[in-house]
Amino acid sequence: MLHSRFLASVALSALMLGTLPAASFAETPADTLIQAWSIDDIISLDPAEIFEFTASEIAGNSYETLIGYDPENVSDIFGKAAESWTVSEDGKTISFTMREGRTFASGNPITAEDAVFSLVRAVKLDKSPAFIIGQLGMTPDNVEANIVQTGPMTFDFKMDKAYAPTLVLYCLTATVASVVDKKLVMEHEANGDYGYDWLKTNYAGSGPFTIKDWRPNEAVILERNAAYSGDAPPMARVIYRHIPETATQRLLLEKGDIDIARNLTAVDIKALEADPEVKIESGVKGSLYYLGLNQKNQYLAKPEVREAMKYLIDYTTIADTIMAGKVKVHQGFLPEGFLGAYDETPFALDIEKAKALLAEAGLAEGFKVTMDTRNTPEITAMAQAMQQTMAQAGIELELIPGDGKQTLTKYRARTHDIYIGRWGPDFQDPHTNASTFAYNIDNSDEASAKPLAWRNAWDIPELSASTDAAMLEPDAAKRAEMYLAAQKEVLATGPFVIYAQEIEVFGERKNVEGVIIGPSFNDNNFAHVTK
Amino acid sequence: MTFATIGGRRGALWLRRIAASLGTMGVTFLGLLLVTFLIGRVVPVDPVLSVVGDRATQAQYDAAYRALGLDRPLIEQFWIWLTKVFQGDFGTSNLTTRPIADDIARVFPATLELATVSIVIGTALGIPMGVWAAVRQGKLVDQIVRIVGLVGYSAPVFWLGLMGLLLFYFKLDLISGPGRVDISYEYDFTPRTGLYLIDTAMQGAWGAFGNVFSHIILPASLLGYLSLAYISRMTRSFMLAELGQEYVTTARVKGVPEWRIIWVQALRNAAVPLVTVVALSYANLLEGSVLTETVFAWPGLGQYLTNSLQNADMNAVLGGTLVIGVIFVGLNMLSDLLYTLLDARTRDRQ
Repeated sequence: MLHSRFLASVALSALMLGTLPAASFAETPADTLIQAWSIDDIISLDPAEIFEFTASEIAGNSYETLIGYDPENVSDIFGKAAESWTVSEDGKTISFTMREGRTFASGNPITAEDAVFSLVRAVKLDKSPAFIIGQLGMTPDNVEANIVQTGPMTFDFKMDKAYAPTLVLYCLTATVASVVDKKLVMEHEANGDYGYDWLKTNYAGSGPFTIKDWRPNEAVILERNAAYSGDAPPMARVIYRHIPETATQRLLLEKGDIDIARNLTAVDIKALEADPEVKIESGVKGSLYYLGLNQKNQYLAKPEVREAMKYLIDYTTIADTIMAGKVKVHQGFLPEGFLGAYDETPFALDIEKAKALLAEAGLAEGFKVTMDTRNTPEITAMAQAMQQTMAQAGIELELIPGDGKQTLTKYRARTHDIYIGRWGPDFQDPHTNASTFAYNIDNSDEASAKPLAWRNAWDIPELSASTDAAMLEPDAAKRAEMYLAAQKEVLATGPFVIYAQEIEVFGERKNVEGVIIGPSFNDNNFAHVTK
Repeated sequence: MTFATIGGRRGALWLRRIAASLGTMGVTFLGLLLVTFLIGRVVPVDPVLSVVGDRATQAQYDAAYRALGLDRPLIEQFWIWLTKVFQGDFGTSNLTTRPIADDIARVFPATLELATVSIVIGTALGIPMGVWAAVRQGKLVDQIVRIVGLVGYSAPVFWLGLMGLLLFYFKLDLISGPGRVDISYEYDFTPRTGLYLIDTAMQGAWGAFGNVFSHIILPASLLGYLSLAYISRMTRSFMLAELGQEYVTTARVKGVPEWRIIWVQALRNAAVPLVTVVALSYANLLEGSVLTETVFAWPGLGQYLTNSLQNADMNAVLGGTLVIGVIFVGLNMLSDLLYTLLDARTRDRQ
């Protein structure tokens, strides 16, 4: 077969006229799962630094966090590397006990020493995700006094306030709370860097797979971890190939040269539905699609205009036609599945109502406004749909296309009018989104904290205070109520037009079974995949 | 005058010429790098974003800003970068977190291999086609060659690539798909030069060689076709000029066979300017074709540079620019050298 392929290629090279029929059925090796994904956003493999979707997923399959939750029912929290925990009476200290008899891929035992080291290391290194632990009162200066080992398999986690236990536990499910192999990492330490230079391209974990190789913009190779304490994964290897072009991914999938395509467009998905060799699986993700209306803009600052904008989005057309199953309509700032999520959708396209609101604001003639739009096909298509519906109410929306980093740079500097964006939660607790959509304690240009509310210059001292309070509420039901109220307020008055929640879609060969598509990328799991 | 003094004078002349071209080269490079550096700084993209991401605190952001040296004046940043380059340190990529030299050593062979196969295809087919078209000027063959060239010029490479994949890979199953080699062959050889055709051949991994070949042939044919369009058109016009010369008429009068006049005498003279055409086409291919690399998932220099530029990863962009600069200058020097070999007059002008 190969020989004929080779000969055929030679013939093709001569004049590109070769017509030798070479019957071959491309197939991936039986013990290897091959995925095509755009993986050029990976900048590090160190759990203390990982924050990108792709790297999070890789860490989720190769490291174990202290705490885990059931991806199908996020409120079911359980210990992963930790076995159990108790909360002190004043609610400020949580004592953890680690699971016995488990080892890292290196063969080193997993102890409380490793857990303490991993958390302290993450806070001390102070990379982007460090705030997930830092927000519980940990700073690089005090963390060693606050996270302390109390026995071979036990340690205490002391906080500055009695934070809601659910908040703390959800924070410890994040990638940044992965347990790393202290002995192995410290063998590679240089200049007090906690082995950071080494770990960002290497591996020191205990998950079902090990990270064997990362070739930037080319591939990531995971291999079955022989020392894994759970059931051995059926797949010996999971390979991510960097295939940036979606049409190429589709061809590879249809041909059987890959098992899973990850970046299919709405058009590809529709076309693949007819292919009997391929199946489409999906899972609701936590990312939200929204418009940020800068309150520095004289028109957008009017409350009636903010409300009118929410009536000028054709929610269902965007979800069902333009994105064709890759998003669902959602309007609250907490994604479906989160504690306290508000799943009602009170707004729908209503041009007349929007016109009335604009007239109330003294803008019956409409106005002109720009929107910084990332130049991907899907964002552009959604933006164009909004341009059309807004025009019907007299709003002339000018789209300014730009590369992702370019539009983001402008957004962060608050020099946009409208920004069409996507926001993914950093961990599974409602505080993650509340602290950005409903929190802004300093609206000055020099502010040190710059949540989304700040980026849109929305000054909300009272709402910020209630967000702070919800963080400390020990009763989960009461806490959920507080977040519901906050979402309703943001929905009614806020400068955010949240219009959809992401659904992640996998195109899979029909023999692939057991893929788990979780609510966040580190929940996407391949440990039970068979084919 | 003795022979020795003539030799001495010639030597001095040569030295002066070499020094002059080295000086010009130095200034060219410095200018090239300065312009690239400044472009990178005026691009409205915040380079810190690709290091710390969107969620970093202000303190983390500031720390990364300082670590990248962005708090210093522009010219000082450039100077620091330049002095490091002279010590052989091209810096680290913000995106891949690896030394630029390692990154380029990884991505460049992929582009080099693709460009080399492409230029071989483009030259081997383009020159005979051009000659043929010139000889049959105005006839059907000429028209066909011109149309082939026109399509090569005007069809978007992105579309041609996808259509090629659809036809030859998906429908006809003649070749392998995107990427450099199938996973099942990846462990059959060790990449030493990074040029997989050579690596597999040297290690006798013929199965893998066939697979690598069936992967490279479509993108190479495509890029080869684009250079063919240019090369055949230039060959045609050079040949037309040569065939109108008096020496051709003289040769014909003397009864020299027509094939000899065309393929030996005229083509040899046309070859002198053609060398530059081929060298420039090759240099263009070596920059990496980002669209072809994207469609064919080819992990080459084009994709690397585009991705780096979009993230304002300036160390990577500057490193890549330097490599491309060296290639251009190197190929120019090589074509100058070939000139002197092919054209006796340039030798005598010394």
